[in-house]
Amino acid sequence: MAKKVALLQGNSACALGAIYAGCKFFGGYPITPSTEVAEVMSEELPKVGGKFIQMEDEIGAMASVIGASLAGSKSLTATSGPGVSLKQELIGYACIAEVPCVIINVMRGGPSTGMPTGPGQSDVMQARWGTHGDHAAIAVCPESCQEIFTETVRAFNLAEKYRMPVQVLYDEIVGHMRERIVFPEPGELEIIDRAAPTCSPEEYKPYDAKSDTDVPPLAVFGSEYRFHVTGLNKAADGFPTTKANLVAFEERRQIAKVECPEARADIESNEEYLTEDAEVVIFAYGSSARSARYAVNKMRAEGIKAGLFRPITIWPFPEKRVAELGKQVNSMVVVEMNLGQMIFEVERIVKNDCKLAGVFRVDGDPINPGEIMAKVKEVL
Amino acid sequence: MAYDYEKSIRPGKLPHIWCPGCGHGIVMKGLIRAMDTCGLEKNNTAIVSGIGCASRLPGYMDFNTLHTAHGRAAAFATGIKMVKPEMTVICCGGDGDGTAIGGNHFIHACRRNIDMTYVIMNNYIYGMTGGQFSPCTPTGMKASTTPYGNPDPIFDISKLAIGAGATFVARTTSFHATQIDKLIAEGIKHKGMSVIEVLDDCPTSYGRRNKFRSVVDMMKRLKEVAVPVAAAAKMTDEQLEGKVLTGVLFKEERAEYTDQYAKLIARVQGA
Repeated sequence: MAKKVALLQGNSACALGAIYAGCKFFGGYPITPSTEVAEVMSEELPKVGGKFIQMEDEIGAMASVIGASLAGSKSLTATSGPGVSLKQELIGYACIAEVPCVIINVMRGGPSTGMPTGPGQSDVMQARWGTHGDHAAIAVCPESCQEIFTETVRAFNLAEKYRMPVQVLYDEIVGHMRERIVFPEPGELEIIDRAAPTCSPEEYKPYDAKSDTDVPPLAVFGSEYRFHVTGLNKAADGFPTTKANLVAFEERRQIAKVECPEARADIESNEEYLTEDAEVVIFAYGSSARSARYAVNKMRAEGIKAGLFRPITIWPFPEKRVAELGKQVNSMVVVEMNLGQMIFEVERIVKNDCKLAGVFRVDGDPINPGEIMAKVKEVL
Repeated sequence: MAYDYEKSIRPGKLPHIWCPGCGHGIVMKGLIRAMDTCGLEKNNTAIVSGIGCASRLPGYMDFNTLHTAHGRAAAFATGIKMVKPEMTVICCGGDGDGTAIGGNHFIHACRRNIDMTYVIMNNYIYGMTGGQFSPCTPTGMKASTTPYGNPDPIFDISKLAIGAGATFVARTTSFHATQIDKLIAEGIKHKGMSVIEVLDDCPTSYGRRNKFRSVVDMMKRLKEVAVPVAAAAKMTDEQLEGKVLTGVLFKEERAEYTDQYAKLIARVQGA
């Protein structure tokens, strides 16, 4: 039987990806350019017995999502830059309390209200460091409507597996663009549900880590496993502690669970296009990578050995592969719709192994292939 | 035989952090008796709080407990109740937590008339941070950030809850210990958003700065200012000057939020 196909906006693809992943709760607040995610969720969730609520503000939306997740539901919110700024405190709460949830950020410019209907990629560092305190981050950055669907599914999987908030960042261009989507059949994409405790309720401790990279199982409010959750630093039993060794162990474990080699290998996802023999590699993500791919094809036709490296998982940063490419190529060009953010991560990894340049744009227009080719030829 | 509070308390979690003379312990005991009266099952009950002295209450209680961020209790609780309408959800916290930083979540939970019981311990001060003035610090009184007397007018929490749409609103004080559990129990049994405001004292941060020489003086003041609604009906405006109405201030039956959403799902699914 032929697969179901539709012409869909990126934001609709996101919502339908969430439903496919088993999302049963959405708490949101209207904001351009992400509102269509909420609109589609309000229509689709009741059909599958899920719950949609439009909260009083962005903070309340994030709070409701964490509460819903503790009650056992895969939970989603969607917003844009100013909304993500407001949600930061509770994103940190979900980090330290280790509550799975997915946050969609349809990126526009900024700071502040910026250009609400224009695209931007200036929230990539916010996704890493937006909330206060030391913490790990997982963020993915799809480039197409189809990939928004599959990456939203993967974001839920990562959130449930690593028991933490996961951010999906895509810019307004992909969010509002319409493309052909081929829907995966039920069961075709892997769906991960959170691990349930196997011990008795009396023995259960919500942060009872078996190793310094472990993700302990999370019980559900309303089950026979009663437990306590707090945003304070806590011990294995979930209750506040100021004991230095316990605080340090938990802080380090919550980062190591994402950044240890095994987890990185599981979480990282990159696309490489013609990088094998490349002398210049363009580092681009999200919709900017589409212009970069076009530029690579044009330059290959001209005999320039160009390639594209596209991180789909932007956090954790693909350190190992970028380091290898830095040693291989003569130059690397970072393309992003901001005034230079990811380029500092690339610089941190490649150091002086190759020349490094950036193509940046923040005027509300997408970066075009011509700009990229001009920069590549300048640094070749 | 003495009432057994310990069956509701988590083993090993006492003593609590509250100062001698603080009213929060009296409220916690009232809450325990009320939950007991209502026959709440531990596994099927969640207690949610924000940040502050009063918000430490859930940690002592042997239920599903969630100590959230400052002001956010009602919004976290809304997520729990939406997913698990069959659970009893109780929020607790202080006046600053609930009506300043959390004011928006508080009024909108009232507006939705979502079935939860919010016990708000109003000690008219930010106690945990050392006694700054809250939206409930009486005008003219002293706090660490109002050294010349508080210039701000106050929120009347119960009136705020009624105005915002809560369908059960009651008030008492920590002096009226036995009324606390009766009102909370009535709030728990009420289907919809119930707000129980309990005036209680913070001798450390409020009393000390405002010339209350002893906790007993503060308790006597609570006794003196409280007027039951029935008695108030027979009093003149002059007699009621400076008094605080206690008892059930407002009660009405109105569609409950999660019930309405369940009906919406049934309608969409064509049931």
